[in-house]
Amino acid sequence: MYKIVRKKALNPTVTQMEIEAPLVARKAKPGQFIILRVDEAGERIPLTVAGTNPEEGNVKIIFQIVGATTELLNHKNEGESIQDFVGPLGVATHTEGIKKVCIVGGGVGCAIAMPVAQEFHRLGAEVTSIIGFRSKDLLILEDEFRACSDKLIVMTDDGSYARHGNVTVPLKELLEAGETFDAIITIGPLIMMKFVTLTAKPFGVPVTASMNPIMIDGTGMCGGCRLTLNQDGKRVTKFACVDGPDFNAYEIDFDEAMSRGRMYVGYERRAHEEVCNLFKNA
Amino acid sequence: MPVNPKKHEMPTQAPEVRAHNFSEVALGYTQEIAVAEAERCLNCKNQPCVAGCPVNIHIPEFIQKVKECDFEGAYQIINQTSSLPAVCGRVCPQETQCESKCTLGRKFEPVGIGRLERFVADWHNAHATEKAQAPESNGHRVAIVGSGPSGLTCAGDLAKKGYRVSVFEALHTAGGVLVYGIPEFRLPKAIVAKEVETLKELGVDVEPNVVIGKTLTIDELFEMGYEAVFVGSGAGLPRFMNIPGESLKGVYSANEFLTRSNLMKAYLDDPKTPIMKGGNVAVVGGGNVAMDAARTALRLGAEHVYIVYRRSMEELPARKEEVEHAQEEGIDFRLLCNPVEILGYNNPENPRDEKNGFVTGIRCVKMELGEPDASGRRRPVVIPGSEFDLDVDAVVMSIGTSPNPLIKSTTKGLEVNNHGGIIVNEDGLTSREGVYAGGDAVTGAATVISAMGAGKVSARAIDEYLMNK
Ligand SMILES: Cc1cc2nc3c(=O)[nH]c(=O)nc-3n(C[C@H](O)[C@H](O)[C@H](O)COP(=O)(O)OP(=O)(O)OC[C@H]3O[C@@H](n4cnc5c(N)ncnc54)[C@H](O)[C@@H]3O)c2cc1C
Ligand SMILES: Cc1cc2nc3c(=O)[nH]c(=O)nc-3n(C[C@H](O)[C@H](O)[C@H](O)COP(=O)(O)OP(=O)(O)OC[C@H]3O[C@@H](n4cnc5c(N)ncnc54)[C@H](O)[C@@H]3O)c2cc1C
Ligand code: SF4
Ligand code: SF4
Ligand code: FES
Repeated sequence: MYKIVRKKALNPTVTQMEIEAPLVARKAKPGQFIILRVDEAGERIPLTVAGTNPEEGNVKIIFQIVGATTELLNHKNEGESIQDFVGPLGVATHTEGIKKVCIVGGGVGCAIAMPVAQEFHRLGAEVTSIIGFRSKDLLILEDEFRACSDKLIVMTDDGSYARHGNVTVPLKELLEAGETFDAIITIGPLIMMKFVTLTAKPFGVPVTASMNPIMIDGTGMCGGCRLTLNQDGKRVTKFACVDGPDFNAYEIDFDEAMSRGRMYVGYERRAHEEVCNLFKNA
Repeated sequence: MPVNPKKHEMPTQAPEVRAHNFSEVALGYTQEIAVAEAERCLNCKNQPCVAGCPVNIHIPEFIQKVKECDFEGAYQIINQTSSLPAVCGRVCPQETQCESKCTLGRKFEPVGIGRLERFVADWHNAHATEKAQAPESNGHRVAIVGSGPSGLTCAGDLAKKGYRVSVFEALHTAGGVLVYGIPEFRLPKAIVAKEVETLKELGVDVEPNVVIGKTLTIDELFEMGYEAVFVGSGAGLPRFMNIPGESLKGVYSANEFLTRSNLMKAYLDDPKTPIMKGGNVAVVGGGNVAMDAARTALRLGAEHVYIVYRRSMEELPARKEEVEHAQEEGIDFRLLCNPVEILGYNNPENPRDEKNGFVTGIRCVKMELGEPDASGRRRPVVIPGSEFDLDVDAVVMSIGTSPNPLIKSTTKGLEVNNHGGIIVNEDGLTSREGVYAGGDAVTGAATVISAMGAGKVSARAIDEYLMNK
């Protein structure tokens, strides 16, 4: 069992937890993830390592409540434990040789992007962060991003806070104004990452996207997390859990990934309603 | 007394009933049937059956004890060479192993060795009361990577010798393929759980949720004070065919399909992990894994299940009994057929159509058998112009697996062959001192009994190595 040492709501639907998992805390690097199960009958879900405290042996996770499992997790309190917590999985974000980086995060993807931005900052790179949210009440981690970014641009889709519009708007402005980056790293909804990629393409900046397909084992055993890359005219299958989650965004077949991500939508909606009803009646 | 030419039938659930439940298909011999079947054994002097068993179980001796109704005595004989008889009695491909060599089999049906082994093991599990005792520790520590049959066996043998053994398992439950692959209706999970409990009673420490190569590396295990490591990490990496349509929604690897059903319990009425149920399903492949996937799909509520296999019935590599059971349950075998494309729904008018991207069918070509290839099996060749479509809602790819590269890529100096299998000598020793390996991680996908045998060989070698160090 893995104890929840701290818990904090970042906004009404996003929660941060620190979990006691010393082996994972010692090893995890930015860009890697863990898989957890809340209870004995639970589903395995992947969440990114949002930070570690190796001395205390804790791992920080930040999750958005979207369905049954994240709902269940959010009902656990400080001092309680979760059943399983395995990691760190996946390949850490590649940082070598990158002196000037632009991090583009969307929604809860900002939670995944934040430790990456912090790592680049720690390594002395110049960090520009563009973070976007649907509206003001969904905003998370603004202070954390400010602390590790040389420049921070906050966007809201509905204009309820900071600048009005999508993250691609300021990205395009910067690139058009002649700003150069060694790399753009984008983490967020697939549709956003697809458009960040299209925006950057004419400027020839390398783009890395952090992919989050449906996963089970996270060790390369099931193939459920597979996605297709277009490499030199060939279609190549990769497993996001072991080959990723970061991939060269120009090679990713985003449309296929979006379609696969919707495989169990109807099922998940029903499961979430059931869990919500469970807590309502309790 | 003339010999009964036929094996005693195995009592089973009726096909129409079992096709809709996940309870065990074969119910096991009763005491009376077991003794009667044992009576068929001729107690041959040269014991050809023993040579057919990869771990050389003393077959005539244990059968003799069954004849005498000394079932615990029979168990003790099996236990000298095998640590998982309740498992192997159920899943061994006996027709190509022990029973293929049985003298009786030349004229009649061979003795039902596997069925007797299962009976004896089940009898023991139901009647034995004494708990396993942890022997006095010899102070040496050994780490086992993976909790499949090879790892569990190696752990058990070393623990019995007094070693302090830790088993590190990537998943949340111990058992390897025995829990995530082979379904409940063929191997009840309670049997595997009991084996793991016995190991714990022997003092073995089982650590789930540790991925060696990620959470810890093999080098770190040595730094932590383990003096030898056995790698039994299996062959879990699924292969795909690389045909168009394999990324459509509804296409699974057998590993994913079976893991969702078995390990994540999607077979229960109220599972947390979803799986596609109902409709028509095509399973591509002809091994045990394919049979399990097909019969699982049926039990999950599929209306019609096809097995699509490119060779003929004779080459089908699955256990004979499973093929027969699958046929009885109504699985539709499309032999000498090979998929060339998986077809999907696409509504160009409405890109938001919920059905877009889901599987609608599988396109196959018919095959005929040509000249024998290097493996001696006749090679299937495509019959030109023979394309046809099957309407299906899900496709399960079950065309094989290979060893996962994770351990190799994180362990300096560990050599593997060009199939990814770890290279070992006859003792299971790898190219790294103190690191042993066995089971599917070495051979590629094989059998439970061979994995178990490899675990035993390495346990013996590790003991010698550490005693002489
Ligand atoms: C490598 C990786 C890292 C991730 N890191 C984080 C993280 O740090 N914080 C976080 O909040 N989420 C993260 N996710 C997404 C997270 O795993 C899902 O939100 C979670 O599995 C949903 O579980 P659920 O049972 O609550 O919802 P479900 O009932 O499974 O799903 C509810 C809704 O979420 C969508 N969904 C399901 N799975 C995913 C997924 N893998 N990615 C995106 N949407 C999904 C479904 O389509 C559905 O609309 C990550 C995913 C991956 C693969
Ligand atoms: C569906 C199916 C049906 C089968 N039917 C039969 C049958 O009827 N008869 C028969 O004889 N054989 C059958 N087999 C084959 C048989 O199950 C295998 O040959 C046998 O289980 C191999 O044992 P193993 O110990 O080598 O590995 P596995 O059983 O594969 O166990 C390996 C374990 O190691 C873990 N692991 C992997 N990597 C790591 C890591 N880096 N760190 C920690 N843990 C790790 C895995 O999670 C797994 O639990 C079947 C296989 C399948 C998939
Ligand atoms: S272990 Fe397998 S091969 Fe050996 S005797 Fe038992 S059933 Fe036969
Ligand atoms: S070969 Fe057959 S008949 Fe002879 S001892 Fe073995 S099981 Fe008995
Ligand atoms: S999650 Fe199973 S292979 Fe990636």
